[in-house]
Amino acid sequence: MKPALKKAYLWLVFTFLYAPILVLVVFSFNASKSRASWEGLSLRWYIELFQDKAIMTALANTVIIAVVSAVAAAIVGTVAAVGIHNLKGWKKSFIMNVTYLPVLNPDIVIGISMMLLFIVVSFPRGLASLIIAHITFGLPYVVISVLPKLAQLDPQIFDAALDLGATPREAYMQVILPQIMPGVFTGFLLAFTMSVDDFVVSFFVTGNGVANLAISIYSMARRGINPKINAVLTLLFAAVAAMMYLIQKRMGKGVAKGAAEELR
Amino acid sequence: MKRNWSLYPYVIWMVLFTIVPILMVFYYSITAGEGGFNLTLSHYARVFEPLYLTVIWRSIRLALISTAVCFLMGYPVAMILANSPEKQQFSLIVLFVVPMWMNFLARTYAWMSLLETNGVVNMILGLFGIRPIAMLYTSGAVVLGMVYNYLPFMVFPIYTVLRKLDPSLVEAAEDLGANPARTFLRVIFPLSLPGVLSGITMVFMPSVTTFAISQLLGGGQFTLIGNLIEQQYLRTYDWGFGSALSIILMVIILISMGLISRSDAYGEGGGLL
Amino acid sequence: MCAVLAGSMLLSAAGCGGGRETLNVFNWGDYIDPQVIKDFEREYNIKVVYEEFDTNEDMYVKIDKGSGKYDIAVPSDYMIRRMANEGMLIPIDWSKITNYGNIEDRFKNLPYDERNQYSVPYMWGTVGILYNTAMVDEEVDSWDILWDAKYEKKIFMINSMRDSIGITLKRLGYSLNTKNEGEIMAARDALLEQKPLVLSYVGDEMKDKMIGEEAALAVFWSGDAAYCMSYNEDLDYVIPKEGSNIWVDAMVIPKTAQNIEAAHLFIDYMCRTEVGLANVEYIEYASPMWSVREQLPEELTEDIAFYPGEDDLEGSEVFEDLSDTLAIYDRVWTEVLAR
Repeated sequence: MKPALKKAYLWLVFTFLYAPILVLVVFSFNASKSRASWEGLSLRWYIELFQDKAIMTALANTVIIAVVSAVAAAIVGTVAAVGIHNLKGWKKSFIMNVTYLPVLNPDIVIGISMMLLFIVVSFPRGLASLIIAHITFGLPYVVISVLPKLAQLDPQIFDAALDLGATPREAYMQVILPQIMPGVFTGFLLAFTMSVDDFVVSFFVTGNGVANLAISIYSMARRGINPKINAVLTLLFAAVAAMMYLIQKRMGKGVAKGAAEELR
Repeated sequence: MKRNWSLYPYVIWMVLFTIVPILMVFYYSITAGEGGFNLTLSHYARVFEPLYLTVIWRSIRLALISTAVCFLMGYPVAMILANSPEKQQFSLIVLFVVPMWMNFLARTYAWMSLLETNGVVNMILGLFGIRPIAMLYTSGAVVLGMVYNYLPFMVFPIYTVLRKLDPSLVEAAEDLGANPARTFLRVIFPLSLPGVLSGITMVFMPSVTTFAISQLLGGGQFTLIGNLIEQQYLRTYDWGFGSALSIILMVIILISMGLISRSDAYGEGGGLL
Repeated sequence: MCAVLAGSMLLSAAGCGGGRETLNVFNWGDYIDPQVIKDFEREYNIKVVYEEFDTNEDMYVKIDKGSGKYDIAVPSDYMIRRMANEGMLIPIDWSKITNYGNIEDRFKNLPYDERNQYSVPYMWGTVGILYNTAMVDEEVDSWDILWDAKYEKKIFMINSMRDSIGITLKRLGYSLNTKNEGEIMAARDALLEQKPLVLSYVGDEMKDKMIGEEAALAVFWSGDAAYCMSYNEDLDYVIPKEGSNIWVDAMVIPKTAQNIEAAHLFIDYMCRTEVGLANVEYIEYASPMWSVREQLPEELTEDIAFYPGEDDLEGSEVFEDLSDTLAIYDRVWTEVLAR
């Protein structure tokens, strides 16, 4: 292919990816409720958005759920990865199969199966059930991201630390952990992303009026086009773009690149 | 390094929240009615009624079309990305990832207002004198929604494999007199197959199980397996039938994933985690 | 892990109001003035957890399966009958509904709640056709127009089983409560025949779409039609001559209720004239309260989209509970959507 042709094709695909988002952004500043006519620049929808308690709560829920579940998944998953790394034989392959289950299982099956569990044991559905569900589908990503880092470790390093007088706990915290940190961070980032992106599992496991952003967009979208959604999505888009920029700057290219590649 | 207690929280968690729920779905799929334990296969038998086979076939057909479109669109993108200079590569990938980090529902919603009869797409077509056409609530809109949401899932695995491809193999083929088309067909493409396979699964799987895309972009009339399951659980509350559908869906997916990972046993693993 | 669990439990407890009394209300989508809820919360210091549903059937299963602990629900007539029959409702303590006198007598003791035990009417209305006069030249007076190939892909049907099958039965000259399998199957065939003409089977999004002129004709509930007509002058609403459905949505206290005391307070509050008026002005449905009707301008109370008279309702029926025949309706509707 000729370079010019390549470039044109890439631009075409990027247009396809970004055009709908751009239209959302533009129309979020439209004074009119209609999406076919332009009636001048306005911040009306942003003002209404910030006054909308339901959307703001949903936004807060999304952040709370993503942070809590990703942190929990990162801790439990990292500890588990160390354990799995030390396993051998059928036990290891069994645990790995269980680990892959939520990754391979369709979202809708994860969602309805957890909903069944919560209903049958009458666990109150809401923020807690959402967090549990998000930890569950986030965990495998942490385990899978940390395991390769453990495999790269020099097996002598742990014993060396012990020989130098460290307790096993200190050896883990001060020697092993810093070495596998990039993997932990990638896993955390993946769990966080999956949580923010999720709609299907959340849709089924929530209850009692608790909604995250995806659920409230779904119910609003079923009620028609709402410019407030455009406004909230514009903010979301700005946040994502800013986050990507920060990650690229702060954390060094390696991590972000790894995350980008491993993203699902 | 004998510290196996570290596994307990994880194992307990996964058993409690992954295996137990799936077993419960299975239990509902083979029992009838409320109260008592009545074994039955009637829920599974119902899946094979013509009406539901139509729905299953529609889901598979639309998912296959979307997967094919993603492949045709995505392969060239992956190639261009893999062959572009290292520095540019990273920024290009970031550009690909940013829309993915927006919520899934946000991406789907974005198309709703675009595709309306009085929407932006028809407005642009109108500039060229084309009369407005109904685009929302068609099977085309559903396919579009799937392609838009899942295209990156096709691009990344193929890109990962292509990037690791040894350039000397391509040079060798060219030295031996193969033209670019032949080099591609005989060398590059076969070597990228593991990535292609991962890409295909990663697009096909969410497409065939979706219910939100068909609901929002297809309207009430595009019932897919996902919509059927959602209806059974949240509307008609026929948990037995909904569970049977879920188990069948799960088995189909797990078997096809198993087959692919086997055929990939000596491959690169693509981008599949 | 325990810490995580405990943490998330705490969060959920905090989400439940942390000490303040709560009231769980389960109502149709877009069916209340949000300010009314805020005022109630302030006046009684009770936090309202407000959830919405799309159809009676959705609401029924959620309460039946106990997956939501609602103190108040707002089902329609036939669904109230069914829930009462199945013992899913708690009788209302009338001594606590001091504003009950505001309700017109003709909305009391209706067949779905003969002895006035369980329900307090909230809104009422009809099902008809909302159409765009700029896109439809002819006079609209029959359901037949929804089967006219001229309007291919310009028709919205309502994604509600009883309504869609009901109007089809009416068009065929049958009762919309028929239990005759042959008649139901005839309706199924008619709906399948109509399917290629239908743009989509939708719910609340129809309002926005009709205002935005996305389609020419749509099956609509009267109040939603009134709402659309106030945003787009080309729209008009008609109750077809074959007759239609008259419905009443009423507030009930389901057996899942945890806060029966507050539920009564809420019902009584909703029966206040100024609250009823605020709701009517916001959602544009017809109120069963005479005190509200008195305060509305005449052009509203004489508009058939809003307050239909006796003649407009000739041949129209109220939905009845179908008991066992419901399974056939269910199946027919699944088939119409899934084909």
